[in-house]
Amino acid sequence: MASFKPTKVQFLPKLGEKVTEETLYWKNYKSPVQIKEFGAITKIDFSPLPPHNYAVTASTRIHIYGPHSQEPIRSFTRFRDTAYGGRFRGDGKLLVAGSEEGLIRLFDISGRVALRQFKGHSKAVHMTSFLSDGFRVVSGSDDLSCRVWDVPSAVELSSLTEHTDYIRALAPSKLNPDLFVTGSYDHTVKVFDMRSGSSVMTMQHGHPVECVLLYPSEALLVSTGGRYVKVWDLLKGGQELVSLKNHHKTVTCACLSSVGNKLLTGSLDRHVKVYNSSYKVVHNFDCDASILSMAIAPDDEALAVGMTNGVLSVRHRRHQKDKEMLTSRRRRGPSYQVFVKGKNFVPRQDDFLVSKPVKQYLRKYDKQLKSFEVSKALDTALQTWTRTSKPDVTVVVIIELNRRGTLKNALAGRNEEIRGCFCVLFFRHIFDPRFSRPLLMVGDIVLDLYQQVFHQSPVVERLLQRLMEVLGREAELQQELLQVLGILDTLFTSLTPRKEALAHNGMHVTRHDIEQ
Amino acid sequence: MVEKSDVRVVRCGGSKINLRPPIISTDSRFVLCASGDSVKVYSTRTEEWLHSLQGHTNQVTGIALNPANHLQVYSCSADGTVKLWDFIDGILIKTFIIGYRLFAIYVSEKHDGIVFLHIALDTDSKNECFQLVAVHLPKSAEQEVEAKELSAVSSRISPNPSCTAFGREGQYIAFARHLQLNVYFFRKQKTYSFSLKATDKKGAKNAFTCIACHPADDCIATGHEDGKIRLWRNFIHTKEYTYSTQHWHHNAVNTLCFTPEGTNLLSGGIESVLVQWQYGAGNRKEFLPRLGGSILHVSTSSDGQLFCTSHSDNKITVIESSFKVCGVIQGLVKGDAVFTDLMIDPRSKALVLNGKPGHLQFYSLLRDKHLYNLDIVQQEYIYEAGLDQFEVVKAAFDIKGYWLATVEERGQKSSDLEFVLKLWAYDERTQSFVLNTTITAAHTDRIISMCFSSSEETTMLVTTAEDGQFKAWCQGADADTQQDQSFWSCDFVGSYHNLTPTNCSFSADSSLLAVSFQEVITIWSPDTWELLTTLCQPPGVVRDLCFGQLSCSKYLIATTTRNLLCCWNLLTCALEWSTSVEVSKLQPDPLSENVAAFSYQSKHTDLFVFKPNEPRPLFTHKNVCSEKIHRAVFVPREELLNNCDESSQWLNRSQLYFLTQNMDLLTFSTATEEDRMLSSSKRLVIDDSIAVTPFYLLLGKHRQQQQKLNTPSHPAADKPQQPQGSVTITELLHTPAHVLPAASVLCSMFVSSLLISNTGFPFPFFSPEMEMESSEQEMNSEKEEDQQELRAQGSVDEVTPKLSKAQERELKRVRKTDFSWMAGLIDSKP
Repeated sequence: MASFKPTKVQFLPKLGEKVTEETLYWKNYKSPVQIKEFGAITKIDFSPLPPHNYAVTASTRIHIYGPHSQEPIRSFTRFRDTAYGGRFRGDGKLLVAGSEEGLIRLFDISGRVALRQFKGHSKAVHMTSFLSDGFRVVSGSDDLSCRVWDVPSAVELSSLTEHTDYIRALAPSKLNPDLFVTGSYDHTVKVFDMRSGSSVMTMQHGHPVECVLLYPSEALLVSTGGRYVKVWDLLKGGQELVSLKNHHKTVTCACLSSVGNKLLTGSLDRHVKVYNSSYKVVHNFDCDASILSMAIAPDDEALAVGMTNGVLSVRHRRHQKDKEMLTSRRRRGPSYQVFVKGKNFVPRQDDFLVSKPVKQYLRKYDKQLKSFEVSKALDTALQTWTRTSKPDVTVVVIIELNRRGTLKNALAGRNEEIRGCFCVLFFRHIFDPRFSRPLLMVGDIVLDLYQQVFHQSPVVERLLQRLMEVLGREAELQQELLQVLGILDTLFTSLTPRKEALAHNGMHVTRHDIEQ
Repeated sequence: MVEKSDVRVVRCGGSKINLRPPIISTDSRFVLCASGDSVKVYSTRTEEWLHSLQGHTNQVTGIALNPANHLQVYSCSADGTVKLWDFIDGILIKTFIIGYRLFAIYVSEKHDGIVFLHIALDTDSKNECFQLVAVHLPKSAEQEVEAKELSAVSSRISPNPSCTAFGREGQYIAFARHLQLNVYFFRKQKTYSFSLKATDKKGAKNAFTCIACHPADDCIATGHEDGKIRLWRNFIHTKEYTYSTQHWHHNAVNTLCFTPEGTNLLSGGIESVLVQWQYGAGNRKEFLPRLGGSILHVSTSSDGQLFCTSHSDNKITVIESSFKVCGVIQGLVKGDAVFTDLMIDPRSKALVLNGKPGHLQFYSLLRDKHLYNLDIVQQEYIYEAGLDQFEVVKAAFDIKGYWLATVEERGQKSSDLEFVLKLWAYDERTQSFVLNTTITAAHTDRIISMCFSSSEETTMLVTTAEDGQFKAWCQGADADTQQDQSFWSCDFVGSYHNLTPTNCSFSADSSLLAVSFQEVITIWSPDTWELLTTLCQPPGVVRDLCFGQLSCSKYLIATTTRNLLCCWNLLTCALEWSTSVEVSKLQPDPLSENVAAFSYQSKHTDLFVFKPNEPRPLFTHKNVCSEKIHRAVFVPREELLNNCDESSQWLNRSQLYFLTQNMDLLTFSTATEEDRMLSSSKRLVIDDSIAVTPFYLLLGKHRQQQQKLNTPSHPAADKPQQPQGSVTITELLHTPAHVLPAASVLCSMFVSSLLISNTGFPFPFFSPEMEMESSEQEMNSEKEEDQQELRAQGSVDEVTPKLSKAQERELKRVRKTDFSWMAGLIDSKP
């Protein structure tokens, strides 16, 4: 006697959603903590020392936040005008920041008043940074010059004026104290060597450069500007390695994760994109406003994003411990242990074994199908929860009923509510290629059965009206798609047979994209 | 029918076992069923096929236990004879020649020496009229008797044999036809008729489908086409009869059966649910659902402890009275039609074809045994008449048997066709196929054919469909999903002038793919997917297509609907030869160059076997059968035959099986093969007091060879003789396993006992008579030894005086009681 075979819910992969280890990694962040600042946040920098406080430059202040605090631990407010580019020194004890009036200030983390002030720039200084020896500060300014300052004496060591537009990006080398990279609105990225006192390498980005970034190995350089993110190979003399165009607005900031050096870019289009090592986008963070600055904590513990509306959004990493906390709090009823008790008990040699037949557990709709209660099974499948969260189950039960030739019986004699239910189901899923076929069939039957009574209920009638509109739109769309296909076909006919196969694949992709 | 002397068509196994109700022997040890032109005897406990009673020359149409002797069985056949058998030993006792085609047999205890038979009156006319006759079987000592005392009981008989049943103690016989129930009382010699209306109010169909009579009560149960069961009482009076109706089945009731005490009524129908109604308790019933195919017959053993149901999927289920299934006897499943080609699983060499609905069956041709069913559709099958459900229509194996591709289809009749292409991978661990990929919309229209590439390195599947495209499917990690498991995805879509592709075939080395588009054959290179060339030989659409094998791999053979068989040479791309012959099936042999072509002409099928490089056929066999043949397969042989005969050489490497439209599986057999079969069947006769295990089969030979020596006709010159062997084996087998010593102890003695003793007696070059004598003596002496040892049993310390000290030590090591019999073994050590 064969046992009842439960209806099989077909697993159909959704297009466009690929679960990889990386996406899982990047998904594993808690929902963001929002902190309101006074103005647009132009720079975020994490302290290299634990506990990894971070400096947030916004409007006329620099706030320093602790890793989990929502209130600033410390704030530097002695700016007369907008502050820019607050950055920590390599030991995390000093902080340097430029400002709108061209003054560069150096702060002690524990102090409040600026230790040094470097005067010399005539226009706003957007970028400041320590060189890796820690005794010199480099700054890039809107007066087209790039200056290096000595910290102890607060004097200008040199001034480099090779750029022809505002300098808005700067990255010092961590390995060599004399090297730093600047990016400018004149579309170039330049590598300067202090020993020679001039640029040693120039790369054409093609758009105003918003941000430059060096890989820890300092063989690769990332520059962002316009909608493009470009990666340059410095060891090959500044050859372009890859050019990425994944944002649809200017890419304003980029940073590298400390685990695996994954590139993250933030853009005015309100997205943070995460790339894998072959520069494919693996994850996407959505934000509320255009992103101006972004930083990620060492060990990827937190991702801080600053936006134009002055909101700082901090995402913390979810840990295993937190999960356990959640589950332990939610625990109800007997534990799993109770059910698996004695599962790995090994019987002794002379024990007499009584085997217990394995009970087949069936879903509710399966039980009803097993006993041929078709209407009840349909009701179970049409429950609101199933319908909304697992439409595939609903559709599978409908298909099964049709296969048994009892769908008409199951649909007959239903009240208004169920009919409404069907209409909702239709215009939610009828265009889903997975479900459209069975749903169209059900639609036919429902319309046939209830032709006489539909007009009696205004609710159902309204739903049907809506359905008709939606269907009309879909029909138009399909027609357009066919036109596109026709165009593509004419284009591909000139290609060789081998290309034809590729073309077909390509066509499917485009078609799907348009559908989306 | 036999033309050539040594190649002939034989029906091979897999005949229907569900034609007539199976019988359980009185001691409940055997199940007997009519199967083809023999009666098969199965064991109820092990479900093994024990032997078959062979002797009829046509389909056996009925079996019945002899009421006078419960070890004997009557069988009737369409060849017009009734035979009486001893079914335990398989001996034909008597043959009664009736002279008409017989369709069913009934016996009753009250009517000693009389059997009741269904005979066809007019064999020539289309609407055959059946008659129930009583035949007095003459008592004579002869083997073959002509029974001439026929007396007609009724001519209003339904062709369905389950519409006739004997009443209480054989007092009356009830039979029904269409809407009329007739009861014939033997004492009064009178028939009472009761008829129902054609349809009642609800439009139900009232025709009778089966009848059962209560064994102790005057009550007749009838089953009807609409699923009703009526219990008729008081039918002794024509006017005052009553009936009560019970309705559970939703389709026709196929069978009814009362248990021997009459306490329960069993019924079965298309739903495949065995229902047990309590007699006289109204509606109280028990169910046993999902037994398999629809139930055709139910029978009970005489003590009521076992029930037997036979199903439409050629299966017999043995059920205990507590409604527990305790055994399943499965024959070759034959549905209404076989949609898939006949295939051979390259691993198990089993024949693969449609089995149960939604399944593929694996059937061992060698053992004539159903191996297993592979569930392809994986859906609950609803047994309901006229329901359109998924059915496996195409299947293909790759060359190593690692991949299986199947296509299941639903909605052949209606407009919306649903079909699914599935790919199954062989799992070494579970030794079965596991679903790997399901492709729901492989094509936009029905898939016509598919084939795997024949190369060992890369597997590729090509499907052709009615939507005018053929697609190549490759296994490979999908870049999008990035999972380590590899799935199948589409590699190439090809079409040719929007024509419908019909057939596809890979060349032997998979370097070429031939796809036929109606009249045109296109040749593609699977590596670059370039269209290499097209071949065309109008008129006529290409029906079948295959490449030559081995040395003939440069040839492409095709058949067209306009009776043309063409052979192209692919090196020159020119037609090599063509001949006008109507070919219904073209089947290449994968192990040789031969190609078999079945041709259907003037109502019979001929077979031609040819090599592509020469247009003359190697072998022709006229009039293979009278039906068209669409399915055939070459099955590789386990051991090669070495026929030198010209006409049967093509059967040396593989055997050709083919399926007729009547679902008969036929094959060609040669004379040498039959000789071998005959000798092997003799070997299989074994003493049934000992459990039949492979071990026993292996060792039982020794005893038989010895027995054969006793018959002077058997030349024993080249056979080795092991006089000691049999003693060892019997002792080994009769001693309970838990008291046997470790196998390592036994092994050396056991092996040495099998060796030919050179000291025991000198024999090899003696005359047969002398040998026989000596072996007899040897046996006698063995027996004496046995007796001695039996006497010595029960004490370990008391060692037989024959043993040496070393042997004594050896015996002491084995410190259990019952091992003194081993002394014989040790003794015989050289």
